Amino acid sequence: MAEMNIVKAVNSALDNMLEKDENVLFFGQDAGYFGGVFGTSEGLQNKFGSHRVFDTPLSEGGIAAIAFGMGINGLRPVAEIQFADYIFPAYDQIVNEIAKVRHRSGGEFWCPVTFRTPAGGGIRGGHHHSQSPESQFTHTPGLKVVYASTPYNAKGLLIAAIECNDPVIVLEPKRCYRGPFYGDPHNVPTWKDHPEAQVPESHYTVEIGKARLALEGHECTVIAWGAMVHVTQAAIRESGISCDLIDLQSLVPWDKEAIEASIEKTGRCVIVHEAPKTSGFGAEMAASIQERCFWSLEAPVNRVTGWDTPFPHTTEWDYMPSPARIAEAIHKTMEE
Amino acid sequence: MAAKKKRVATIQVPTAPARPGDKPKFAAWTHQPGDLSRPDPLTCTAADTTDHAHGLVRVLDDDAKASGPWNPDLSPDELRTGLEHMVRMRIFDDRMMKMQRTGKLSFYMRSLGEECVAVAQTMALETQDWIFPTYRQPAAQFVRGRDMVSMICHCIGNEKDNILGRQMPVHYSYRTGRYISVSSPVATQFSQAVGVAMASQYKGLDECCITWIGDGASAEGDYHYALNFASVFKPPVILNIVNNQWAISTHANLASGSSNFAARGLSYDVPSIRVDGNDFLALYSVTKWARERAASGAGATHIEVLTYRAGAHSSSDDPSKYRPKDEDEVWPGGDPIERLKAHLISIGKWSEEQQNELEEGIDSEVMAAYKEAVKFGDLANGPYPSSDSIFTEVYEDIPWHLQEQWDEMKRLRGE
Repeated sequence: MAEMNIVKAVNSALDNMLEKDENVLFFGQDAGYFGGVFGTSEGLQNKFGSHRVFDTPLSEGGIAAIAFGMGINGLRPVAEIQFADYIFPAYDQIVNEIAKVRHRSGGEFWCPVTFRTPAGGGIRGGHHHSQSPESQFTHTPGLKVVYASTPYNAKGLLIAAIECNDPVIVLEPKRCYRGPFYGDPHNVPTWKDHPEAQVPESHYTVEIGKARLALEGHECTVIAWGAMVHVTQAAIRESGISCDLIDLQSLVPWDKEAIEASIEKTGRCVIVHEAPKTSGFGAEMAASIQERCFWSLEAPVNRVTGWDTPFPHTTEWDYMPSPARIAEAIHKTMEE
Repeated sequence: MAAKKKRVATIQVPTAPARPGDKPKFAAWTHQPGDLSRPDPLTCTAADTTDHAHGLVRVLDDDAKASGPWNPDLSPDELRTGLEHMVRMRIFDDRMMKMQRTGKLSFYMRSLGEECVAVAQTMALETQDWIFPTYRQPAAQFVRGRDMVSMICHCIGNEKDNILGRQMPVHYSYRTGRYISVSSPVATQFSQAVGVAMASQYKGLDECCITWIGDGASAEGDYHYALNFASVFKPPVILNIVNNQWAISTHANLASGSSNFAARGLSYDVPSIRVDGNDFLALYSVTKWARERAASGAGATHIEVLTYRAGAHSSSDDPSKYRPKDEDEVWPGGDPIERLKAHLISIGKWSEEQQNELEEGIDSEVMAAYKEAVKFGDLANGPYPSSDSIFTEVYEDIPWHLQEQWDEMKRLRGE
């Protein structure tokens, strides 16, 4: 065990997998010599050589296309997209090609590629360094989508993704790379002494499809992912309500047992995400919960999300769900 | 049947010619002013520019003397205006960078070493021409007369920011100066500029569109879309690839397997020229030539502007981790400001004293603009644009679902 932040945990996962499997390659823009603009691959090119850890041209479409080619030819490529906002030139390759090749070829070809990409706001990144595009991938059959929130799950989910024979999109909350974010931009702690920052240096996985119970309570179920897990934790404290906080971790597939069990217990549910509301993954969760748990529900399912607008620069704290907004939604759910 | 193993497993990955601790490696330039002809812009074909794409158009030699067919014969006043805008950009950048370090803006990107690009090229255009920039051509706004206070207000995201704090600093939008809104995703403007030019073509107006892309970003599909559409439709567009050697830590040799970017245009049948990007006269002249082509209906021109990114990519970057510290000092193209200054002095139209006066004057101008701008707030202290700006201009008219969310935010603000 070692204390790691998310940057180190991601680095450790890549290190383990490059060591374990010679079919694993890692590449992306500034990801080789420089070790990535956030430092997540620092030292790996030196250790494994530039034929396994390397820089690519600035071409997300090209990165995804070569990942496809490598994947169907027996490798297990891991590609970094520098910011999730920049994944869209690769969208065609991911959505129309990588996601569908197993199905379209009658199982003759498959593509065990992992995309990892820093996502979400809170770093004053404006329109194009802040978006959280998970639902643009959860809506694509053939892809698995996971969203890390802590050093422990960042490493375990990434290893599980690399070992998975299906393509996986791994979103990493960049706001939490160096510390959990509780919704107060003026007071951002490091991961020091956080229980989820205790990370094995060796190989382990966090199973894709399983949620994590971050807090246990009995009055209300609150579901969140990414940086919003920590903001929601602060909100639950502020609300004084006893809540299950479910860190979903895996969006496709999501953990139906964990969600059903919690809602059968509490009868109330709030879903929190920082992406816009319309067609956000919260909509999918809310619809599925009413299909599966309607007779357990005591109140309508509530959503707290980013607004249906582009992500702002100067006023980002008025955009991202705050602890106060989430706490209010929890109270509203309790009163209904 | 599986293929047999041929040799030791490897993928060939280029590395930069020099890394920290290495001696910078730049081949000496053999190109001289007068090496290359100036073809007739109206009848010139791509094949006529083969030598220009593989060579380097220069006007200023190593002694800052101007000569050759590309010499634009600018008046001393025009040269001094160019010098003034480049100095203005450099001093403005220094002030913004200092403000960034104190938290008054979130992020900054300098044009250091590349000031000539936007200044010379914008000066070579007509005022009705469209400018579709990257984040490294803000100096075009000085040429188009933008008020410095409004530029600072944008960078520090205060209540006078004309784009209401919506984008990161340096993502200017200045419609009055026909300077189109900057977007963070690289390369996108390059192919969009072709559409802007096609609209001008359709309307039959005497206007063209100039755009730029970095060497790194030229690996994106948009670069190739632009050249192909420009080749097919022959719109009045000037497509510049600014080869400044570095895209954050990525050397130009990862953007292309060839060290020459200009010649790529030839295969699209677009006349292509490589020019010394730190030579004000050469860059002005080549751009003027491209503008003549655009205006005559001859179509697009592809220009590789050879320069060096002397500063960091941005305030978030530390280039000492991936390139030799003193690389900019040995760049064969030198410094664009020093070269134009030396030229003006050599023709007896400028002096060190005048240069000092110019720099002091601009320093005061920038300080005064800074003091005026911070009166309206800054990122560290506010006041910010109203958070209502999150909801306005998402659509032309606000739909009901967004209105509900806006009302919700107002309620949360205690209204």
